[in-house]
Amino acid sequence: MSKDKQDRQDVNDSAKSWFKSGSPWVWLTAAAVSASIIMVAGLIALIAVRGLGYFWPTPVLVANYHESDVRTVPIIGEIRDSEAVPLARLRANGETIKSDNEFITRHLLRVGNRDIQGMDFRWVLEPRLSQQHYPDDVMVIERREWGNFYGHLQAVKENGKIIEEGDKTWDVLQQRIARTQKIFGEIREIEKDDIGAINYRLEQLRLDERRMEIANDSNADNRASISSERTALQARYKVLQQNLAQLHININRDILVAKTGDGQVVDIPLAKVVRAYRPNAMNILNKSLFYLEKLWEFVSDEPREANTEGGILPAIFGTVMMVILMSIFVTPFGVIAAVYLREYAKQGPLTRTIRIAVNNLAGVPSIVYGVFGLGFFVYFLGGSLDQLFYPEALPAPTFGTPGILWSSLTLALLTLPVVIVATEEGLSRIPKSIREGSLALGATKAETLWRTVLPMASPAMMTGLILAVARAAGEVAPLMLVGVVKLAPSLPLDTNAPFLHLERKFMHLGFHIYDVGFQSPNVEAARPLVYATSLLLVLVIIALNLTAITVRNHLREKYRALES
Amino acid sequence: MTAPTPDTSKALQKALHNTRHRQLRALKDRFARWSIAAGGAGVIITIVLIFFYLMWVTLPLFQSASLHKTGQYRAPGNADAVTWHLAMEEQHEIGVRFTDHGQVVFFAADSGKIISQVDSKLPTNIDITSFAAGNPNKATVAYGLGDGRAQVVRHIYDVTYPDDHRLITPRLENPLGDAPLVVDPKKHPLVQLAIQINEDSATLVAVTDDNRLLLLGLEKSESLLGDGDWTTTRTTLQAPASPIRHIILNLDQRELYAADQKGRISFYDISDKSAPRLIQTVTAVGESVQISALQFLSGGISILAGGSDGSLGQWFPVRDAHNNYTLRAIRRFKPLIGPVTNITPEFNRKGFMAAGQRGQFNIYHSTAHSTVLSKILSEYDAHQLAIAPRANALLLENANQQIQFYLVDNEHPEISWSSLWSKVWYEGYDSPQYLWQSSSASNDYEPKFSLMPITFGTLKAAFYAMLFAIPLAILGAIYTSYFMAPRMRRLVKPSIEIMEALPTVILGFLAGLWLAPFLEKHLPGVFSLFIILPVGVLLFAYLWQRAPKLLRDCVPEGWEGALLIPIIILISWAAISISQPIEQWLFQGDIRKWLSNDLGIEFDQRNSLVVGLAMGFAVIPTIFSIAEDAIFGVPKHLTQGSLALGATPWQTLSRVVILTASPGIFSAIMIGLGRAVGETMIVLMATGNTPVMDFSIFQGMRTLSANVAVEMPEAEVASTHYRVLFLAATVLFAATFMFNTAAEIVRQRLRKKYSNL
Repeated sequence: MSKDKQDRQDVNDSAKSWFKSGSPWVWLTAAAVSASIIMVAGLIALIAVRGLGYFWPTPVLVANYHESDVRTVPIIGEIRDSEAVPLARLRANGETIKSDNEFITRHLLRVGNRDIQGMDFRWVLEPRLSQQHYPDDVMVIERREWGNFYGHLQAVKENGKIIEEGDKTWDVLQQRIARTQKIFGEIREIEKDDIGAINYRLEQLRLDERRMEIANDSNADNRASISSERTALQARYKVLQQNLAQLHININRDILVAKTGDGQVVDIPLAKVVRAYRPNAMNILNKSLFYLEKLWEFVSDEPREANTEGGILPAIFGTVMMVILMSIFVTPFGVIAAVYLREYAKQGPLTRTIRIAVNNLAGVPSIVYGVFGLGFFVYFLGGSLDQLFYPEALPAPTFGTPGILWSSLTLALLTLPVVIVATEEGLSRIPKSIREGSLALGATKAETLWRTVLPMASPAMMTGLILAVARAAGEVAPLMLVGVVKLAPSLPLDTNAPFLHLERKFMHLGFHIYDVGFQSPNVEAARPLVYATSLLLVLVIIALNLTAITVRNHLREKYRALES
Repeated sequence: MTAPTPDTSKALQKALHNTRHRQLRALKDRFARWSIAAGGAGVIITIVLIFFYLMWVTLPLFQSASLHKTGQYRAPGNADAVTWHLAMEEQHEIGVRFTDHGQVVFFAADSGKIISQVDSKLPTNIDITSFAAGNPNKATVAYGLGDGRAQVVRHIYDVTYPDDHRLITPRLENPLGDAPLVVDPKKHPLVQLAIQINEDSATLVAVTDDNRLLLLGLEKSESLLGDGDWTTTRTTLQAPASPIRHIILNLDQRELYAADQKGRISFYDISDKSAPRLIQTVTAVGESVQISALQFLSGGISILAGGSDGSLGQWFPVRDAHNNYTLRAIRRFKPLIGPVTNITPEFNRKGFMAAGQRGQFNIYHSTAHSTVLSKILSEYDAHQLAIAPRANALLLENANQQIQFYLVDNEHPEISWSSLWSKVWYEGYDSPQYLWQSSSASNDYEPKFSLMPITFGTLKAAFYAMLFAIPLAILGAIYTSYFMAPRMRRLVKPSIEIMEALPTVILGFLAGLWLAPFLEKHLPGVFSLFIILPVGVLLFAYLWQRAPKLLRDCVPEGWEGALLIPIIILISWAAISISQPIEQWLFQGDIRKWLSNDLGIEFDQRNSLVVGLAMGFAVIPTIFSIAEDAIFGVPKHLTQGSLALGATPWQTLSRVVILTASPGIFSAIMIGLGRAVGETMIVLMATGNTPVMDFSIFQGMRTLSANVAVEMPEAEVASTHYRVLFLAATVLFAATFMFNTAAEIVRQRLRKKYSNL
């Protein structure tokens, strides 16, 4: 009895002294670090799992669903999400299900067939499902409109006649899809490239004419040459139109016949089909191949269905392009400013103040730069440029509207402090002895700078630039004001002279995430794509940052060696 | 020097060449110096330019109005006649003067040159006894006649472009027929008159010489042939005892106000023309003061009453708890000296002008509660005033029959310190409020530009973010810099810091689409996590301390953090998985319902908790990194001294290290705060963006930055809205710049202190 008491006393004492030693607080601080690390890792893992998982083909469930106690419908779909719901809450909503469990599992099923059933997703309660199975012949069709189709293949028709409905239907379908895809590619090429070029040229001619009108230029030769070119273009357009008409006939001849879960038989023109696959019949190898194909489509194709399907190539292209332009603006100016501050300016209170100010600009909210960019670059500079150089297009603005040039300039301004600070740091790390040595050998200051100091500081500049690029690639708020759009009709770089169209609007990965995730009509369907886009963006930015860190560390080592 | 000549010349040449080369190099050096100086200074000036540009755009908001007189002439037309009404058309090219003789004179507004002179086609040999102008946008006036009839006239301006030049041709029209309308069947003269007319209805209200208040309602009846006839309703209203001096009728012909000789205003509801009713009579001015001018503000909700003592007040009907409307005094404006002779509202904005004796002339704005301009324009009393529809020109006739024409520069009267930062009593609201509502479909809408709700939202978001971020980041920084094993630190620090570069759009997306639904589903679990986690960690630490030494030796000192990772994951998982049972037992299975039914707390899915977590996550790396540097930089001899004197590591930390590094920690928090205040994408995506002023953790908010991001693309360039958004950006810029500068200065001091130690 007393020993027991003694033990308790011991425990009490040791707890007290343990608290006194401060050790619990150390553990709490350790927990703070661990929690941060878990959050960081969890975030990356969440994005990675959701983003990469999206391309893996999900098995398609076929079952009977007892919608109510008396009504039963067949149902086909992919299980996208599952959760447990308290029975009480279901009961409160009028659900009459009988169950002994307090919690009921429910699944979010992607049932597709939006054109027939009106909804892409529906929640189903697990206990109300019966005869769940995963038959091999159930088919998923990715369509260009109306989202996915789920059902069973019945036949393939050409020009209204059934050409196959037996065992080989599936193979015939795949051949036909391949054929239609090819034609689809041709059509897209003609529409986008050839007709696009003609339209672009025609618009140029219209502007030329208008320019002559404004300048009161009545040179008959010029007018004649414009009109003859226009006639030639129109003739070419006509030829292309005829080609297109033929291709449209060709693409529309194949049709597949399929049966939905509830027995409706529908015709789906192959022109509207991107691909058809049977996930339940796929083995692991097929699935991997399919996965790679989808992944490739994601990074190399254009978006479909209001950005909720397909790829993100224009967004990648736009981001890269904008970042390159920004680098062209920010590097020379950032480096010159840093060199001036470190090498030429008199080091005094003024320089110190400027340095603090530049430092602080890095902390100014990016939206403020966006506001400045919109007011100053777009409306003021762009508006003036339009008045001076593009009066023929007015009142339609050329540069007086948000565009890639203004976006990259705005972001250059935003990242200028990053480059200045990094370059300055690099310059300050170069030992004085090196400069003095160069000067002692008779080199001028400019020569010292050009031959010795700048080459040595170049990794620092590189670090600054990489950090700037990483920041610019992820920045969205200012871009929303100065040039980014949800769907750009044409890329800022194409085959029409002058090839680089700085006035055009562009798509951007970050904005794509915001837009598809929050402005899209079918958020549920688009969400996996947003995760995938996020993953891409995160990977790019982490890679850039790691590079910057490596370069910086390498640099520090190098100068440490120099100093000793 | 016996060298042969060719050699000498060669040496000479070489020397020459050398000099030239040196000169060239010197030139290059100078060039480099100047161009770098110019470039560097240019870049720095550009950066400064940002601030000045923002200021430059916002500045016009705070400029007061100005007038430029461009013409002065005698009242055009009949010099004997008295002017009853002046008006101008859209382009302020043509003015019009209505006289008591029934003449209508159109004249060039800047020179007074008569363009045309028309007769109103009034019946001859009957006196014109009164005059009324309807809503200025409808350009309709009415003459009251001595035989109880009234004639309605509209002035119309046709714009044509012959030879690419604008030509405005004025004309008159009788919208209700050429014959005068009978208002008083008893044929008494109409001494006061009010008119409003719409496409399909018109109302005239008149006071007769025996002080009867009469109403004539006209309604276009639907007819199959298209051209409907007007059906009329005549009623007599209950008139106040003392003679009526002013009557005004609002645009939608539902409310009537009559001011009598004793300074009282009677408020009638005439929405049912056959059964109008008197709602209320209020005394609007002081004892023995008369109402000398009565007008509607644009939109026809507020009335403005000017007194014979120069007082000016705004009134409008306010709904009370029983859903009844009563007329309330809203605000008083800077008074004139002597009676107010004329009040003229602007067409589409909530501004108005008032004129008084000896040329006193003021421009006011009601929402801003400000006097925009105050001037003496002549030595004579002002009689008539007219403002152009775009409020950019002004006609004023004084008692000397002189008309003065002014151009008015008054772009942003609706902004004042009080309209931005104080509670404002907006039309149609039952009390003064802070509101942000920048646009609406209606033209004469009262814009609500209070920056308070969005500033409040900004601070609220920052507060919740900091609440989450500060403990985690600072505690983490302490552990990482002071207790953690160097090898682990080399791994941990960059991986937290790299998160600083994570695009906030991704955090916002996750917060809005993953975290918000997650929190909603596991609300009890998340809240219990905040309690269970520290307790669980302490419990584990205690058990670990009592664990066998052999086990403890497996984890070297400084690796506690790594040991805790699985523990924390386990605790979090446990907390989340007990969430639904907790909800079941304590909150009847639905915590949201419980919150709103039992506690009366509204629950938004995208709320401050979501923002706090997401934005807190975004600022953790910033705070962590700077604080860690500050703590790590504390000179080692300080800590070693303390330890040598027998202090425990924790004592050393809390009494020596933290104290020394506290300025650095402070600056870390400031920079984190600056980042949280300016963050845009997270709040844009993770809040409902409703500008509410509510500190509840379950409600959303709208912040300055998100507000700019949402509304800027739609704001019309150079409009008040555009400039107010620039002002919001300037406020953000200034605030974050201040936070950062304070932090930077503190940090520099600290660095100096460390190097001195």
